[in-house]
Amino acid sequence: MGKKVGIEVSIAAAEAVGLCDVDVVAAYPITPQTHIVEHLSELVANGRLDAEFVPVESEHSAMSVCCGSAAAGARTFTSTAAQGLALMAEIVYIAASMRLPILMLVANRALSAPLSIWNDHSDAMMVRDSGWIQIFCENGQDVYDHIFHAYRVGEDPRVSLPVMVNMDGFILTHVIEPVEFWTKEMVGSYLPRFRPLNTLHPDKVVTMGAFGMPEIYAEQKMAHDQALKNSMPVLLEGWDELAKLTGRKYEPVELYRTEGAETLLLAMGSLCETASLAVDQMREAGRKVGLVKLRLWRPFPLAEVRKALSGAKDLVVLDRSISVGAANAPVTSEISAAMYHEPQRPRIHCMIAGIGGRDVTPEDITNMVDLSLKGTEQECHIYGVRG
Amino acid sequence: MPEESKKKILKPLKNFPLEEHIASGHRACQGCAEVLAVRHVLKAIGPEMVLAMATGCMEIISSPYPLTSWNVPWIHVAFENAAAVGSGVEAGLKALRRKGRVPDKEVTVVAMGGDGGTSDIGFQALSGMFERGHKMIYVCVDNEAYMNTGIQRSSSTPFGASTTTSPAGKMSPSGQNTSKKDMPGIAAAHNIPYVATACPSYYSDLMKKVAKAKEADGPAYLHILSVCPTGWRIPPEKAIEYGQLAVDTGIFPLYEVDHGVWKMSRKPKQLKPVADYLKGQGRYRHLDETLIAVIQKGVDEKWERLLKMTEMTGPATSEQPAQEE
Ligand SMILES: Cc1ncc(C[n+]2csc(CCOP(=O)(O)OP(=O)(O)O)c2C)c(N)n1
Ligand code: SF4
Ligand SMILES: [Mg+2]
Repeated sequence: MGKKVGIEVSIAAAEAVGLCDVDVVAAYPITPQTHIVEHLSELVANGRLDAEFVPVESEHSAMSVCCGSAAAGARTFTSTAAQGLALMAEIVYIAASMRLPILMLVANRALSAPLSIWNDHSDAMMVRDSGWIQIFCENGQDVYDHIFHAYRVGEDPRVSLPVMVNMDGFILTHVIEPVEFWTKEMVGSYLPRFRPLNTLHPDKVVTMGAFGMPEIYAEQKMAHDQALKNSMPVLLEGWDELAKLTGRKYEPVELYRTEGAETLLLAMGSLCETASLAVDQMREAGRKVGLVKLRLWRPFPLAEVRKALSGAKDLVVLDRSISVGAANAPVTSEISAAMYHEPQRPRIHCMIAGIGGRDVTPEDITNMVDLSLKGTEQECHIYGVRG
Repeated sequence: MPEESKKKILKPLKNFPLEEHIASGHRACQGCAEVLAVRHVLKAIGPEMVLAMATGCMEIISSPYPLTSWNVPWIHVAFENAAAVGSGVEAGLKALRRKGRVPDKEVTVVAMGGDGGTSDIGFQALSGMFERGHKMIYVCVDNEAYMNTGIQRSSSTPFGASTTTSPAGKMSPSGQNTSKKDMPGIAAAHNIPYVATACPSYYSDLMKKVAKAKEADGPAYLHILSVCPTGWRIPPEKAIEYGQLAVDTGIFPLYEVDHGVWKMSRKPKQLKPVADYLKGQGRYRHLDETLIAVIQKGVDEKWERLLKMTEMTGPATSEQPAQEE
């Protein structure tokens, strides 16, 4: 077992990437991602990591370099946030459809305008349909562990897909947390060498990125959809092995004090920690409230979500992004669709909270539960907004 | 085409590799000199290569899934990022080779894009690739417009050409009213080891330059004028002839910049009048004498500038190529 240290989560994440012996890092600086790539370039400069650090001139090129490097068979890393993710979005889609396993750490940040460097999930939601595996992390240890998990799953020949590990900007990137490090031996036993089926090399000639006529496009999209859905057992296997190694057990959907709960909260990312404090307080006050943490966003864990939610009377979804003009915010929409055909389903309330870095306290969460229980189903509120 | 020049073109070349790396049966238009340029570039590099290609004619004519024309490892990702994708391939192979995870041999990485993919939308990615010093070749196949999407103007479309987005009209007598972006000059300004212009009508010159680019100790840039009969509105059988005329009139001079030293590759004693080149091309049909004179003046000035560059940067004049007839 590795040692436990107090460390800034960005630095810990970069150390984890270094332990994975990545071959190529291509990134462009953007707050709050900067510390991650700064530290990686330091690791390369000091000779602690034998990799090519490609200091690209934009995020669009970052993801393009990643495509080229992953296609060449190199273990590849990038990281970005908000505007950077928006700029690279075109290639984010292509990386997934071309089945190129790349690890991208997203330091979640609000999309402009107005320009905001602060946290929410609008960046990740923007590329929700791109076909990446998307995981949301609750704390620093979670981020650190998921670097290894992401490479193991994404590069698995049964999966061969890029993985986006989401960590809340500032709330996670810039805080010092206790993180239990992995040893080289642990990484060696957990993470096999990247051995893709096809690579760009003259010894075996392949064509990658051919265009699709109408006769084939839909079939290719279906194949991608199936591949993403079929990554589920490999994700679970990765989490099982990780638990054996570290004692920490991650799951697509995690439950916190949900026994006998009439009202459930659902949250993603670091908000889960705040929400669990709120649940503790409400439980102490005798209220039957529990928390469902949605760790895996893509592939969407449909069965697990249904199982976790169907027993409750009310469900309050804490949505950390807004889909302007839509009936609901992204997570609520998805959850509502998932529950629609269930014989027993909760009333679903949408609470858009914490966008653009607005602080959310445990008291706010209790308030949101109260507001929701007073209202009717499917109402979508932006919590705490000044009119 | 005059009988005489036909003979010259068909004369078999010594050291002309017979191996083909782009298969026939692709979907390029008849007389497409862009795909001819690609064919020659690949021949000169040989099979030990990886090719990253931008969206555009060359990608579309060669890769309708599940078919492919490519006998070399080939990747297409998007329109504006061939230079970045190629950078990634180069970086990936470099790291893997250093770590002993791919065979220890030299693989030439080539990125290729059209004039749109190079001088417009891919400009930034290209500049990044140059500046970072990746050891690879970037080839711009310049047919002077966005041909794949239907002959729209690019910044590489020359002054006076009518395209579907720079049409000649009453208010726009010249059609394109801006002059061609100087991509080789911009590439050279990055101080990369090797920059050259070429044209498949002069294929031995082209292939020699590709060989030099392959040996360069850093990024190399090749700008290849690629006659497009469809977009230029000329008969397909005239493609080679128009390429020659572009060079011989000085519209598209052949030169190289080798470690900062500018050198003409063809220096005719007397340039042919540009009118010889413009006439017969549908895209220039609207030009009158005045506009032709404007173009002639621009060509003369550019030619003079180029000669000055060769004098300023080059070795003693005796080492410059002898003047040709
Ligand atoms: C981001 C983006 N914008 C626009 C297009 C549409 N598009 C595809 S190819 C092309 C023109 C290609 O022109 P050029 O690079 O000169 O190559 P050519 O086809 O002339 O060889 C355009 C505009 C695209 N594929 N992607
Ligand atoms: S449009 Fe022009 S460049 Fe494109 S394939 Fe046809 S001839 Fe070649
Ligand atoms: Mg073009």
